[in-house]
Amino acid sequence: MAINSTPMTDAVPAATTTPKSSSLFKQSMRRLLHNKLAIFGLVVVVIMFIACFLGPVFSPYADNKIHMNVMNKAPSMKHWLGTDALGRDVLTRVLQAGRISLTVGLASMFLSVFIGALLGAIAGYYRGIVDQIIMRIADLLLTIPGLPLLFIFGALLSEWKVPTNYRMYIVMLMLGLVNWPGLARMVRGQMLSLREREFMQAAVVLGLRDRRKLFNHLLPNIVPLLIVIATLNIGGSILSESVLSFFGLGVMPPTPTWGNMIDAANNLIDFQEHPWLWIPPGFSIFITVIAINIFGDGLRDVLDPKQKR
Amino acid sequence: MGTYLTKRIIYMIVILFAASFLIFSLYALTPGDFISSNIKLSPERKAELREIYGLSKPLLERYGIWMNNVFHGDFGFSLAQQQPVLKLFNQYIWNSFLLAVVSTFLTWVIAVIIGVVSAYKQYSWFDTIVMVAIFAAMSIPSFFIGLFLIKILAVDLKWLPPGGMLTTGSNATGWAYIKEVIHHMTLPVIVMTLLGVGSLTRYFRSNMIDVIKQDYIRTARAKGLKEDKVLFRHALRNALLPAITLVGFELPALFGGSIIIEKIFNWPGIGQLYMQSFSLRDYPLLMGFTMLLAILTVIGTLLSDVLYHIADPRVRLH
Repeated sequence: MAINSTPMTDAVPAATTTPKSSSLFKQSMRRLLHNKLAIFGLVVVVIMFIACFLGPVFSPYADNKIHMNVMNKAPSMKHWLGTDALGRDVLTRVLQAGRISLTVGLASMFLSVFIGALLGAIAGYYRGIVDQIIMRIADLLLTIPGLPLLFIFGALLSEWKVPTNYRMYIVMLMLGLVNWPGLARMVRGQMLSLREREFMQAAVVLGLRDRRKLFNHLLPNIVPLLIVIATLNIGGSILSESVLSFFGLGVMPPTPTWGNMIDAANNLIDFQEHPWLWIPPGFSIFITVIAINIFGDGLRDVLDPKQKR
Repeated sequence: MGTYLTKRIIYMIVILFAASFLIFSLYALTPGDFISSNIKLSPERKAELREIYGLSKPLLERYGIWMNNVFHGDFGFSLAQQQPVLKLFNQYIWNSFLLAVVSTFLTWVIAVIIGVVSAYKQYSWFDTIVMVAIFAAMSIPSFFIGLFLIKILAVDLKWLPPGGMLTTGSNATGWAYIKEVIHHMTLPVIVMTLLGVGSLTRYFRSNMIDVIKQDYIRTARAKGLKEDKVLFRHALRNALLPAITLVGFELPALFGGSIIIEKIFNWPGIGQLYMQSFSLRDYPLLMGFTMLLAILTVIGTLLSDVLYHIADPRVRLH
């Protein structure tokens, strides 16, 4: 967190108010700790991650073997969330699905933040023709509605017969590629205002090279904004993935995700008689995304106070 | 303003051209078409049909033909339904509009009221509950909440019908027809309102918080005006002003239907039509729908900017 790399953060007043503070970042984190709601969100997210990535290790049903004698059993002491049509334990499946859904959410967030920040920064810094090209492409992508675009990509995957175990990676790619334009716009806007600031004039006077100005002086200043956007972006990605997988256009079985587990609801009998098949993954999405959003909002208050709450 | 508008409209047309080409290529490049998915046809018949529908021509020529027809107000002919695409849109779009307009109205009313009260009582317990509810509403997976409410309210409690616009086999007319439609649209409208109300309430709340801190509000209070007059006459007006830009952004949602909600509730709208055509690879319809959404998005954005300028002349357009 190179937020303190700008020498503008006057250490003197900060030292008088909070004696122990050494950097703006530490101050921010301390303020974040006082936001109970945000910390609660963070705790829930962490628990969700631990449960999904470590939980199945302790489950006696992690092998996903087919058990014909315990098909579609309602929740019981032995199977806390019941079993599915192949006699697999639903709780274990939900946790295993969570691994995929969370991974897809994180990976596509990293991708879209990387592309968005890089292109937005380049557009805002160089302006001129580079800016024109990048922003016109962004405008174009923003014109075409996201959901039909994702549906087309999903259908392409099916037509090309992409093996089901690779689909997960392509879904990450798809979500990353659809999400960057809005982000690039925001970063570009920040860049345009930052490059007119005094410390940048100083950088010009010092005769620094473009790359150094961009990566050492400008980008560190938008890191707080990026952290906030990135956090909120994970929730959105998890939701998009679940929609795609629910409609059979995203990650497909046997790879479980929360979205394609809810697909059980498309079967009338499962929908009416076996709600334990599709309600738990739905609530898993809901709880994870709400926790991420609450935490992200808390982060915004602390890291980016200029933004409205 | 005049030159600005001309420039914007020219840019809009260029973007739409680029979008149309992108949309066309995406659908055209997807392997498989309406004819190849029909296994009953012999290879000769397939080739013949492709010839008739112009699918055997080179890509650029097909794009040219499509664009030419679009300029003559013809979005093509649905292969699956054997009807002009525009005629089908006209049939389905008003069902979508009905859902959208009612839920948008409810969303705005609820968001303004809760947003204002919540801002007025910032950091109270009411405000905290509202904030949590806002996050909840913003985090719900739309398809899941739809299914969940159908399961509880329609299947288990049998209060509301699970889907469709009319009871199967119903031939109600007049008031009975209207009552039946209202009965059927209640659940989808609840879900759509729930999904939209979160971010909008948050928007009004933060706008209102900003406005309440302004000097002229203090002045109004200092003059001895009643609190509700200060809030609703002086503060709310200014808090609502920026929201006028949102009107334009609602445009695609109003006429573009909601793919997910209409699919879940089996509502005969344009989004549902899109999903049906999607599995059939009915390209003229799919391209038409995506293009329609792109056009609505572009017009909506322009509308927002212009409305903002009209509402607040301090905003300079360039």
